[in-house]
Amino acid sequence: MDVLKKVPVREQDPKVRATNFNEVCYGYNQEEAMEEASRCIQCKNAKCITGCPVSIDIPAFIKEIKEGNPEQAFKVIGKYSALPAVCGRVCPQESQCEELCIRGIKGEPVSIGKLERFAADWARENNIKPEPPMIKNGRKVAVIGAGPAGLTCAGDLAKMGYDVTIFEALHEPGGVLVYGIPEFRLPKETVVKTEIDNVRALGVTIETNVVIGKSITIDELMDEENFEAIFIGSGAGLPKFMGIPGENANGVFSANEYLTRSNLMKAFDESYDTPIIAGKKVAVVGGGNVAMDAARTALRLGAQVYIVYRRGEAELPARVEEVHHAKEEGIIFKLLTNPKEILVNDNGWVSGMRCVEMELGEPDESGRRKPAEKQGSEFVLEVDTVIMSLGTSPNPLISSTTKGLNTNKYKCIIADEETGMTSREGVFAGGDAVTGAATVILAMGAGKAAAAGIDKYLQSK
Amino acid sequence: MAENYIYTIVKKESLANSIYLMDVKAPRVAKNCFPGQFVIVKMDEKGERIPLTICDYDREAETVTIVFQALGSSTKLMATFEEGEAFRDFTGPLGHKSELIDMPREELSKKKILFVAGGVGAAPVYPQVKWMKENGYSVDCIIGARNKELIILEDRMKPLADNLYITTDDGSYGFHGNVNDCIKDLVNNQGKQYDLVIAIGPMIMMKFVCILTKELGIQTIVSMNPVMVDGTGMCGACRLTIGNEVKFACVDGPEFDGHLVNFDEAMKRVQMYKSEEGKVVLREKEGPTHHHPGCECHDEPVK
Ligand SMILES: Cc1cc2nc3c(=O)[nH]c(=O)nc-3n(C[C@H](O)[C@H](O)[C@H](O)COP(=O)(O)OP(=O)(O)OC[C@H]3O[C@@H](n4cnc5c(N)ncnc54)[C@H](O)[C@@H]3O)c2cc1C
Ligand SMILES: Cc1cc2nc3c(=O)[nH]c(=O)nc-3n(C[C@H](O)[C@H](O)[C@H](O)COP(=O)(O)OP(=O)(O)OC[C@H]3O[C@@H](n4cnc5c(N)ncnc54)[C@H](O)[C@@H]3O)c2cc1C
Ligand code: SF4
Ligand code: SF4
Ligand code: FES
Repeated sequence: MDVLKKVPVREQDPKVRATNFNEVCYGYNQEEAMEEASRCIQCKNAKCITGCPVSIDIPAFIKEIKEGNPEQAFKVIGKYSALPAVCGRVCPQESQCEELCIRGIKGEPVSIGKLERFAADWARENNIKPEPPMIKNGRKVAVIGAGPAGLTCAGDLAKMGYDVTIFEALHEPGGVLVYGIPEFRLPKETVVKTEIDNVRALGVTIETNVVIGKSITIDELMDEENFEAIFIGSGAGLPKFMGIPGENANGVFSANEYLTRSNLMKAFDESYDTPIIAGKKVAVVGGGNVAMDAARTALRLGAQVYIVYRRGEAELPARVEEVHHAKEEGIIFKLLTNPKEILVNDNGWVSGMRCVEMELGEPDESGRRKPAEKQGSEFVLEVDTVIMSLGTSPNPLISSTTKGLNTNKYKCIIADEETGMTSREGVFAGGDAVTGAATVILAMGAGKAAAAGIDKYLQSK
Repeated sequence: MAENYIYTIVKKESLANSIYLMDVKAPRVAKNCFPGQFVIVKMDEKGERIPLTICDYDREAETVTIVFQALGSSTKLMATFEEGEAFRDFTGPLGHKSELIDMPREELSKKKILFVAGGVGAAPVYPQVKWMKENGYSVDCIIGARNKELIILEDRMKPLADNLYITTDDGSYGFHGNVNDCIKDLVNNQGKQYDLVIAIGPMIMMKFVCILTKELGIQTIVSMNPVMVDGTGMCGACRLTIGNEVKFACVDGPEFDGHLVNFDEAMKRVQMYKSEEGKVVLREKEGPTHHHPGCECHDEPVK
């Protein structure tokens, strides 16, 4: 064994997986996990922990895996995180815990994410559940949104003894974990559902189909239903469009719509009623994780897929692993390319996309190199479907119906980073609703901080 | 999960051939809803999310009334649900309430209002007319359909509207002609004057009503029913062009100034998914030859 290298993880062959929705990465088995765990040198002053937004005691759980106690490892992680099987799969580890791992100075860092995933998967397969809290204090807290931020906040508060209800607008809890991130990266039935059930096992009630701001307002929750504090974890919000001609043509979708149809509404599964337009030639506009997910979904539905991104490879905001997977599967990258117009046929359907090539100029004050159009480089990309993946802007449903809740110039809710407290007494917030689109683990970190903040607030009330 | 099956159908009524009315137990929706808003119904685990306008509500009985026409695969399945059975999901109220409701009393009492309902559009018109009556305003109302069979809610609407006009394309009942012929008759021949028209029905009908009312100089509000997924502003499927702006019908609407709506684009967009037996798939891309799937009632001939 080469201690400088990670124990390799088994993956589905790219050619095969490009045609199915099964999980790409198989994860470690016990033997492989123990071997990888033995690469951790159990640093006294473990830097990796500071890289994790929820401060998981990484050496402690890795030690348990190394000694052959995955159940114990799961319990250690459970003190810090309610969604380890999710985070082990989708955290950008390379820029968090693993970036700071001492092993990474000379060689590859310890595969912390894959080990976390192993412990969580083992616990699920062996039916290990977190233990419900012993004491209840009878005080009611409401959580809005059942995404990573809300689930974490709710789980932590339940452990402290609070009576917690999550209100979720959609018919399934999970937020982006169920409607955004595709099945082949994050299996829903097994992984996501189990972890949500684990949050329920802590005593949390999840009421679906409740749109806060419409079905009931925050003021009514406090005044009529006696919730003493509220946590808002309502996510990133509305999809953005480019504002170019032809964008409302048939065959143009937001990534949110495309992914929601495929993931939440399970359009890829023949037994569901959801329609989806797979497209034969699909252009996905954008270069983030969401764009990669939309592209790889379209590919699996049978299309030839382009990623159209106006900057270069180095600037792609998506995780390196995702870009790599996308390329392996056969996604074509049209970098330094920007759409100008979507061409529409007489029946209102997309018939192509007029694009222009770009070149990167000198870095501006922010250090980013600004792309500029190359004169005379226009061309038409032959596509029949376009998926816009340009980010999101906050949903005003909650902020516009809650008195005294301040938002910033981007319309994100303003909340204190350490406690999650907002301008409105008793109302806390965190996750994408506060930061704009970010990551699962940052949302969880914010949910965790807010749970502590809410506890402190209610203790002193 | 079983814990979700709580939206019980307490009443089911057949209003016309393949048009059904249901009262559904949905306490949170019933408590906070207003005319103009809609719900999203998901029948079972594998079903679609189907938007339906709130046709009535009973705050005490905690029920919400929906009316739908069984045409596509989802609405046909919905028609098989019986009293005592329940929908898996029932979300709402969504969208904005009718702007009449928050209009200052003085302003509203000065307005002469004509409601125009086409086909199943009588369902969303009904709660607005009822609200006007209950709050002491009098309004006129036209209900139009292809034939007598498809005229719904006439009995309920009669005591509420000052004047109720029925019109059928084939002349089998009431006035002979489509709703536009009826509007023209009222304005041109019967000396009626209106300041505001609220037209709800198939998009093609709303389009032609708007062309007419623009000529007549009458402000017009329409209720748009594009394809939706979440209904909360998250997906953008429901986007419409209103004037020069793109709006999301689920959060910005569903009611808009009819004279600003780009109907041609909206009608093409609503054709995007079409049903096939069993699994619903996209079929031909041959353009808008089909009726709007949900509230098809009658084609307005282009005159
Ligand atoms: C396609 C895609 C891929 C991604 N991939 C990754 C990845 O690989 N790794 C990573 O770390 N991050 C990834 N992210 C980002 C990550 O998923 C988000 O940052 C994270 O989910 C944010 O969590 P949240 O709890 O703040 O919000 P969300 O997950 O958005 O959850 C918010 C919840 O609140 C509900 N809600 C909203 N409004 C209301 C209301 N008014 N009333 C009631 N409920 C409401 C929503 O329905 C939703 O369920 C990805 C995002 C997307 C879209
Ligand atoms: C705000 C709003 C209010 C509505 N109110 C009513 C009402 O009160 N009564 C009524 O009968 N109908 C109403 N509709 C229309 C109704 O939701 C659709 O007719 C229904 O979803 C079509 O389902 P289907 O499978 O039976 O039809 P199909 O013909 O099988 O439709 C095929 C596919 O097209 C898509 N689709 C087509 N039209 C729509 C649409 N308008 N919304 C969502 N998806 C669509 C669906 O994905 C569907 O699977 C309303 C729609 C909206 C947006
Ligand atoms: S939660 Fe994420 S950041 Fe924290 S240890 Fe696990 S993989 Fe690393
Ligand atoms: S920094 Fe790396 S080697 Fe050190 S404890 Fe953390 S995982 Fe183990
Ligand atoms: S239905 Fe998704 S944004 Fe309106």
